[in-house]
Amino acid sequence: MFAAHLSPLAGSLFSLLAITCLLLAFVMLGSRWLNAYLGAFALQSWLIALLSAAVAYYGGYPELYGIAALTALFRGLVLPYLLLRITRRLNVDRELHERLSPSASLVLGGLLVLFAFVVANHLSSALGLAGTVAVLALTAMLSMKLIGFLMLVVRREVVSQILALLVIENGIFLGSQILVPGMPLLIELVILFDLLVVVACFGVLVRYLVVHAGTTSTHELTRLVG
Amino acid sequence: MNPAPLLDVILLAPLAAVAGCQLIRSARFAEYLNLGASVAVFAAVLRLLPIALGGPYILLDGYIIVDPLGAWVLLSCSAVYLLASVYAVGYMRALGEPRRLHRFYALFAGFALTVMLGPLMNNIGVYWIAIELTTLVSTFLVGFEKTREGVEAAWKYIVIVSAGISLALLGIVFYYWTASFHLGPTYNLTWGALRSVAPQLNPTLALAAFLLVFIGFGTKVGLAPMHTWLPDAHSEGPAPVSAMLSGALLNTAMIGIVRFIHVTDAVRLGVLPRTVVVVIGALSLAIAALFITRQTDVKRLMAYSSVEHMGVMTLGFGFGGPLGIAGALYHMLNHSLNKSLMFFGSGDVLHAFRSKRIGRIHHVLLAMPVAGALWMAGAVAITGAPPFGLFLSEFTILRAGLASPNAWAVYLMLVLLVVIFIGFLNHFRAMYFGESAAAAAATARWRPAPGERIWCELPMWLALVPLLILGLWWPSAFSHYFSVIAAQLGGGIR
Repeated sequence: MFAAHLSPLAGSLFSLLAITCLLLAFVMLGSRWLNAYLGAFALQSWLIALLSAAVAYYGGYPELYGIAALTALFRGLVLPYLLLRITRRLNVDRELHERLSPSASLVLGGLLVLFAFVVANHLSSALGLAGTVAVLALTAMLSMKLIGFLMLVVRREVVSQILALLVIENGIFLGSQILVPGMPLLIELVILFDLLVVVACFGVLVRYLVVHAGTTSTHELTRLVG
Repeated sequence: MNPAPLLDVILLAPLAAVAGCQLIRSARFAEYLNLGASVAVFAAVLRLLPIALGGPYILLDGYIIVDPLGAWVLLSCSAVYLLASVYAVGYMRALGEPRRLHRFYALFAGFALTVMLGPLMNNIGVYWIAIELTTLVSTFLVGFEKTREGVEAAWKYIVIVSAGISLALLGIVFYYWTASFHLGPTYNLTWGALRSVAPQLNPTLALAAFLLVFIGFGTKVGLAPMHTWLPDAHSEGPAPVSAMLSGALLNTAMIGIVRFIHVTDAVRLGVLPRTVVVVIGALSLAIAALFITRQTDVKRLMAYSSVEHMGVMTLGFGFGGPLGIAGALYHMLNHSLNKSLMFFGSGDVLHAFRSKRIGRIHHVLLAMPVAGALWMAGAVAITGAPPFGLFLSEFTILRAGLASPNAWAVYLMLVLLVVIFIGFLNHFRAMYFGESAAAAAATARWRPAPGERIWCELPMWLALVPLLILGLWWPSAFSHYFSVIAAQLGGGIR
């Protein structure tokens, strides 16, 4: 596995990018404004594209340059644009009914990162990779996953929920770039397009929600119980 | 013999139906086109069954696999697609929205296509995408009636299932990572490749990966505690869609879990992964028992019954061994037929009484004598009473459990099945027999026109008669089929 023998420069570059992505997840967790979420998400996607390019350069996987370009294009531009269109139509620019205040969710998010680190450390030492960039990649991957789930739980605007799912996806993508850079190109491409279709479907559903349920807050989706 | 031409039929017929429905925007044309596609798919799957026995065949550069297990799941799915397509003709006409119907059938055929794709996928990443596609298409079917509840159900469905399935993606990345230490950085992650390298995998990482994919695809199967989307989606979709969700979609996700169990058996992990599977299966049964007993909505009752039967199937696969696998596979077919019948019946009741509340449904037999009787027979069958197929399959699973290391689950399963039997049939007692017959006749305002009735009753006959036959006679051809599948899946861990 290539993460085990990296030059120190490459290792610290990867670490820097992974940690910045994780920090951007915290920006989303700590804010109430949908625009802040969107900006953080777009920036995160650009950083992941940068990471793909760096892995391509240091690891010798030329096809990852293509992935990097597509990531920047789709995750960095198209998805934020689609989400921006959804938000514009909604006349909602902030969370009103979050279940947990941003500061409390930040603390909880910190604990989740701690948990993710413990799991990541355990897994990597089982593989004899303790102390390498793999630990960091796993930590970032798992904590973005957990933070995404946390956002799904505490946020109630539909746009925040879509973004929470996208943060989860970003986390998996980020980790897989470092851990399994050789993943067949086809799979990565299909997953990218799949994401596009998912967001398009969400867009249509949001319109249904506005028209037929008269709300964009899951706070009011409480008809179906039991 | 080469299975490729049959696969073309199975995949291209629904695709052609999608295109045809979108091009010619006529409701009448669309319903017959979809019906034709479903007949073609079912016939092709019947032909595929004996051919697949010689498999596994790997086609299209390793992306498609035709094996007995996949063919069996295809049989269950295509049977439901056929029945639901027949039923949809009558049910959707009665809905009275002819201008949107072509879109319904386009989505319906597209949904069937994605469901058929799953069992055929050999590359695990592509299998994940097939499962994701089923969600995206069926969300719009769930919300098709565009009621407030329907849209709410569609939203919860897509969010919960997308979140769950992302766990499965993480698990697949883990599998890819741990296998890449042995197969090199770039390779195709197929079921066969993963299985062959499984004995060398790192146990810690393989266990984490298995738990992730089990929870992830388990969300899609509707296993507790990730089942919460299921009652909403099943109860709010139109009846043919509910039947497809319950009888076809859940099986497509189940096959992934079965294949991952097969992989994990070869990792040096002992009995732990199977115990996890059994515990989650038993938990699903327990949750279903509680919600069935206290249910007030007839379609949610059916939905929780799906959670129950997915739990039973998971127990069967979790117990493993030739008997457990045979029981679970037999249960899959029986459940698909039976649950279609139940959703068709609840669709008729919804039309007749204009309500899904059990408390507002009385004297079903007076309102619809034939369909009511069929529905009642189906209710007896789905609780696992003889002489229907589910009795045989549940009994086989119980026997398999006694021989497995997790025999405790057998006793729990027995108790819960009895609770469900009482709770489920008690609701039917309330709906069929009540105090005043005159008031009941007044509540039944709607009767299907004679021309429509055949569309509603024919699929119920088509589901019940095989169910009865399968309960009285376990065909020896099936036994042979199951033993081949069990041999390919290995006997499990003893």
